[in-house]
Amino acid sequence: MAKVADVCRHVRSKNAGPFWITVDFFFKSQELYAQYRDSAVLRPALFERLYGTNPQLVKRLPVDNLMTLKISYARPHPQGWMGERDMHGGQQYASLLDVELD
Amino acid sequence: MSAVAKVALVLVPTGMLGAGIQRAHVLRGIELGAHAIALDAGSTDSGPSYLARGVSKMNRESVKRDLEILMSAALTANIPLLVGTCGTCGTDAMVNWTRDIALEVASDLKVTPKIACLYSEQRASELVKRNRAGQVSPLPPLGAIDDAVLESCTHIVALMGPEPYVTALRSGAQIILGGRTTDTAVLAAMPLLMGADPAAAWHAAKVAECGGQCTVNPRQGGVLMRVDQQGFEIEPLDSDNRATPESVSAHMLYESSDPQRLTEPGGVLDVSNATYMQINERVTRVTGSVWEPMPYTMKLEGARAGYFQTIMIMGIEDPEVLANLDAFHDTLHRGLVKRIEATFDTTAVFFDVSLRFYGWNGTSGRPVPVGTAPPRDVGVMFVVTAPTQELANQMAKACNPHFFHMPLHLNKELPSYAFPFTPAEIPRGQVYEFLLNHVVHTRDGHELVRVDWFETAIPPESASHG
Repeated sequence: MAKVADVCRHVRSKNAGPFWITVDFFFKSQELYAQYRDSAVLRPALFERLYGTNPQLVKRLPVDNLMTLKISYARPHPQGWMGERDMHGGQQYASLLDVELD
Repeated sequence: MSAVAKVALVLVPTGMLGAGIQRAHVLRGIELGAHAIALDAGSTDSGPSYLARGVSKMNRESVKRDLEILMSAALTANIPLLVGTCGTCGTDAMVNWTRDIALEVASDLKVTPKIACLYSEQRASELVKRNRAGQVSPLPPLGAIDDAVLESCTHIVALMGPEPYVTALRSGAQIILGGRTTDTAVLAAMPLLMGADPAAAWHAAKVAECGGQCTVNPRQGGVLMRVDQQGFEIEPLDSDNRATPESVSAHMLYESSDPQRLTEPGGVLDVSNATYMQINERVTRVTGSVWEPMPYTMKLEGARAGYFQTIMIMGIEDPEVLANLDAFHDTLHRGLVKRIEATFDTTAVFFDVSLRFYGWNGTSGRPVPVGTAPPRDVGVMFVVTAPTQELANQMAKACNPHFFHMPLHLNKELPSYAFPFTPAEIPRGQVYEFLLNHVVHTRDGHELVRVDWFETAIPPESASHG
């Protein structure tokens, strides 16, 4: 059972403008990147379940030369709304680390 | 400028004016032959409060200190200094705030540089007109905008492209202080003026927008970008720092929702076929990016001030509560909502109560995995949101006894949780909101921009909306 934290050397999340959060999965090796880039788990449904985002507003953008999968999702509420807990979205990646990929 | 293109060198000392610039780094870039110093002074990163209030995140002294280093270096070397998005949010007043600091520095340095101010704040009424004419389009996740939302913004700014900077440079500006501008446009202006390849100019600017962020040691000073007809190079200003193909290409991922295609005023930069090559130990060269010209658009940012919040904070070490935190959260939240409903006419007055259990799930607000061991200590933050500060304060006061003394089981004696302050209620101020994620279609890069010139050491009256 491989988790995100097992196959990535680094995972980070950050605001990309006030309405989007972007997550970068930096894989440990070319083999792991090739194996999990198109994982059926790292898909819009996961981001809908974890973050309550609209699955139609989840963008998957593999960057092969960096062995990195970028996934950007629309914030369910704009940055700074009254229920804001993470202005930069910089801690949102943490919930992804234990996600099982197979 | 000559039609024969030469290599354009732009010194980018930092990602944010006021963050702290080292004079030695700037002098190093000038030694290397920089044709201009360009940097950004703004961002939406820290949230909507700066634009909603029209204020700077950076304090005046830090901005003045950095401006002194940059102005003295640029004027001595006789190269222009370009600053984009003055005062964090780039409103007209923030351009003037920065201009006044620059004039103060000029007076200290006993110089009288030719300063161009570029203003891009927009009137809601003007945008309402353009919206009705179908010239305002939404970007996802937002939809079409209605007039009331535009009119409710306290400030609206349009993000400038490089054209107003290029025009000001052509007119002999020694210092350009811009309102809201894309991070990239202010860095791309000089290379575009000098006839560099547009794709290389935009791509270099995107890479260098955060100063040293594209190097292996982001905290070690800014970078120099060299843009020519085929591509560009990035060299760190600090001789111990390096720019590698990985550090340069990885920057395209940073804070951008699409690392391959970047929409800018007047076009799209496509870097999907770019090649990154180490040309010596410290310098990376990039070629192969493509610039696709598009009809001109300017992105809009707008924000307003909304409801008010009051907070209370307490700590809990009671093992029984800590072993039942989710149940305790729900009981406490229910009790507080009931208390407010029993005290205020909540059919007429909006309110919201939120509890954040730091040490458990305060950061995410999501359920913790089943079987997670209880923490030894949690910090609980109570946040009430209401239409006025007074109402939020009153609601917090009404909740105070319940919040600090709610038992886990109602038949137990009243506990006292640990609260650190008295009075316990802390008026937090207003909630600010971003309202726009739209573009306005314009004839060109100048249509919504106003320009003013200053040479004297005495600031004239504000010329915004002039």
